[in-house]
Formats: sequence, structure tokens, C-alpha cells
Amino acid sequence: MSYWPLLGILLVVLGFALKLNPMLVITGAAIVTGLLGGMDFVEVISTFGKAFNDNRIIAIVWIVLPVIGLLERYGLQQRAAAVIRGFRNATTGKLLLLYLIYRQITAAIGLHSTAGHPQTVRPLVAPMALAAAEKQHGELEEETAEKVKAYSAATDNVGLFFGEDIFFAIGSIVLIQATLSTYGYELTPLQLALWAIPSAIAAFIIHGFRLLRLDRKLGRRK
Amino acid sequence: MITLHWLYALAGAMFAAFAVLSALDGSNPKRLGNAAFWGLMALSLLGGDLIGDFGNGLLVLGLAGLAGFGFIGRSHPPTTTEQEREGWSAKLGNKLFLPALIIPATALLGTLIYTYTPVGGLGWIEAKRETYVFLGLGVLLAIATIFAWLRPPAVAPLQEGRRLIDAIGWAAVLPQMLAALGVLFAAAGIGDIIGELTGMVIPKGNIFATVLVFALGMALFTMIMGNAFAAFPVMIAAIGVPLLIQAYGGDPAVVGAVGMLAGFCGTLMTPMAANFNLVPAALLELKDQYGVIRAQIPTALPLLAANILILYFAAFR
Repeated sequence: MSYWPLLGILLVVLGFALKLNPMLVITGAAIVTGLLGGMDFVEVISTFGKAFNDNRIIAIVWIVLPVIGLLERYGLQQRAAAVIRGFRNATTGKLLLLYLIYRQITAAIGLHSTAGHPQTVRPLVAPMALAAAEKQHGELEEETAEKVKAYSAATDNVGLFFGEDIFFAIGSIVLIQATLSTYGYELTPLQLALWAIPSAIAAFIIHGFRLLRLDRKLGRRK
Repeated sequence: MITLHWLYALAGAMFAAFAVLSALDGSNPKRLGNAAFWGLMALSLLGGDLIGDFGNGLLVLGLAGLAGFGFIGRSHPPTTTEQEREGWSAKLGNKLFLPALIIPATALLGTLIYTYTPVGGLGWIEAKRETYVFLGLGVLLAIATIFAWLRPPAVAPLQEGRRLIDAIGWAAVLPQMLAALGVLFAAAGIGDIIGELTGMVIPKGNIFATVLVFALGMALFTMIMGNAFAAFPVMIAAIGVPLLIQAYGGDPAVVGAVGMLAGFCGTLMTPMAANFNLVPAALLELKDQYGVIRAQIPTALPLLAANILILYFAAFR
């Protein structure tokens, strides 16, 4: 057995690590892998083209954009901000816990674009978490302020990553479905989304526990 | 019968409209690049079956070239101002979330009704594709609801959609490119090679050790590449399909879904995922540019362990 096609994997790893444009990295890796696997150039391009065509289902998820865009036109982002502002009377940990819930639930119903680092964390969540921490703790030393800010961003990421896969019309779910169908396993998107739920619950418990511990730490140092 | 091709037509028409509106957008210096890029996506969705495999291959090279050499750029289609949006948001309240709910509700209810009542027996929809069909229906219903309720200008859904797709840019095509790469990996026999190599390392027949290597591999590859989507076709070809699914009879839905989430644990721990980990540190003016990653590692590691257990117990029930 020839091990040369493994170079294709190495190329992807290297290309991404060197921060080359991913579209070029993938195309290059696909061509090299095919050539090393014994295809000629025309065959490689045809195989890649056929594979792209067979996976068009992945592009379907973008049909939701006109709906999200229309709602943004009428203030969806501002409404999301108003909901998050409603958390302001909680302690730091509870506030971030509420935001974690908001992020997981909205991502699970396809509204992941209503929040994010530039939209909500920087203007709302981090300042609110800092204000709550000052109330609990008094004047914040720099190290504590850094920690509260870092936890705010971390909560956004955890909520997004472990919420969005419950929404079936998302790139990762359709990618899983399309990749497995290459090998002859035909799954429905709902089956895959269902199996994202246990991990979402685990993420909520683990990260939620850490957020409540943050509260205790903040209270203790007063 | 309603097939997936109806949805390709719907999405293709949308991308074609994005292409036309891009070409007419005098305010975007890269308007022709954008028009070509979304035009190729429209061609793929509308005519992919007519241009042959090699034609599709050239189409993909075109997309990669336009994206890779900087021919596409962000546009600023007409939309409402910040003040107008604040006004609408205050006036409409949380009802504004409801039209968005129509989409998942239609898809979920539609699929359940179609699957569990006699309606499904009528064979109106291509098998296994119900959810996508109801997704399309949900989108159309949501747009109709917004029109009935708020009466936006007729072209608004397309201009607002173009605003968002241009903000995403070529990354919108990335998952499809990676899936195609996965096919090349499979065709070149990478699955067999890695299956053989790992067979030497992993004790034969030890399912838990195999799950462990698969999940850790997803996390590790994701950390190196900064992207779980890129790691997925690699690890599925290497271990997911040949060992977990074929050799040990694991449930493909669990292997796929939880494998991807194991990769997401890796995303939480890597500076390569700059958008999620480094950009926010800069946005929040943290002294330590790795501060966000440091805050995430104590969540990511136990969560990775949890995913390994979920994968092991759920895939091999």
C-alpha cells in the first residue's frame, strides 16, 4: 500500500497552520491527494467537481439569510441587546450563566447571529459583568478584571459551539451528513442534531459550574 | 414529487439575485468579483447537473481562485440606520424573534408529521430529505409573514441577504469545499491507509481505545488547523468510518455528531481559531492575548472527556 496520499492531509495541516487562504489550501490538497492516489489531472479535477456538485446540499443552509437580514433591518440585534440588558441585576456568575443559556437557546433555533463578540460581548456582556463584579467585590484589581472579561468571551464561545449543532440547518450538521453519505451512510439532519443535545447539556453543566464558582471567588476576596 | 432539486433551484435563484445585485452595486470596488463568485454558486446550484464533472471542477477552481486571490470584498447594501433599528426594536418588542422561529418550527413539525402520520405514505417528498424541504418552506413562510406584518420594500430580502452573505464571504463555501476534499481523501484510499496504521497502534478490538484516538484526533487536528470542519473529513476517513462504524458497528449519527463536537472542544483551546479566541481578546483589550483560551481550557478538557464518554456509550448501545 502506498502511503503517499497522506501528504494531502499534511498539506491541509500545513496550509492552515501557515494561514494561507483556506479555499486555495483545500483545492491544492485535493489535487495533490488525487494525483498521489494515482489519478491523472483531468480525473482529479472531475472527481473534485463531481464531489462539489454532489455536496450542493450544504449550500442550502444559506437560504435563511434573507429572513435574518430582514429581521435585522427591523432591529433584531437591538432586541437581542435589550434582552441581554435585562440580565443586569444578577451577580457576575449568574449574569454569565443567563447569557450562556441565551446563547445556547438562540443558537439552537438558528439565531446564532444575534450575538457574538463584536455584537454583544464587547458592548454589553463584558461591561455588565465588570459592573456586577465591582458591586460584589469592590474596586477590581487588574487581574480580576481581566478574568471577568475573559470569562465573558469564553461564555459566548461555549454557548455558541454547544448550541448551534442542535439547529439542523447549520454548516457543521450538513457537512457531517454529506461526508457520511460519501461512504454510503444516509442520515437525516434531525438525527444528527438530536445527538448534539447530550453534549450541549454537558457543556452547560461544566461551564455553568465554573461560572458559579467565579461568583464565589469574587465574593470571597472582598 | 418534491426533490432536493427544488431546493437547489430556490437557493440558486437567491445566489443569482445576489450576483445581479452585486454587479449593479457601484459602491463596492470589488463588485465584479462578488458578482462572479455568487454567479458561479448560482450556476452550480441551478446547472450543476448539466455542465459535467470536469465543468464542475473548473467551476470550483474558479471559486477558489476568486476567493484565494482577493477578488471578492464586503459590500454595503441599502438598509436601515442604527436609530431606525432602535426605534423598531422598541416598538415591536420580543415579537421580533417570532418570524425567525417559524423556520425551525416548520422544519421540525413538518418532518415529524410527515414521518409519523399517513401523509408520508403519499410519497410527496424525496425520502430522507423532508427536513430540508420543510426548511425551504419555513423560510418562505417566514418571509411572507414579515411582508404581511412589516411591509418592507420588495427587494429588501435579497439586499439584506446579500449584506449578510458578503459579510461571510468565501467562508460560506468552505464546508462544501471540505466535504469535497473528504471525497478525494476517500477516493485516494486514505481511510484504508490510516486504518492500517492505527491498527498497529490501537489494540485490535479495543473499542474504547479507538473512540479515544478518534475524539482526541478530532480535537488535536482542530487545534492545529483552527477548524473542526477541516479536521472532520480527515478523521472520518481515517478512523470514524473504517474502524468505529464498519469494524465495530458504531451508530454513524453519533460518531458524526459527537465527533464534530469533540473537535469544537479543540477549537476552544487553540490560537489558530483567531476569530473566536484572539479577536475577542483584542476587542476586550485584554493584556494577555491568550486570556480567552486560558479561561476556556478548564471547560474544554472536561467537556472533551464528556464527549468521549457520550460517543462511547451512545454509539455502541
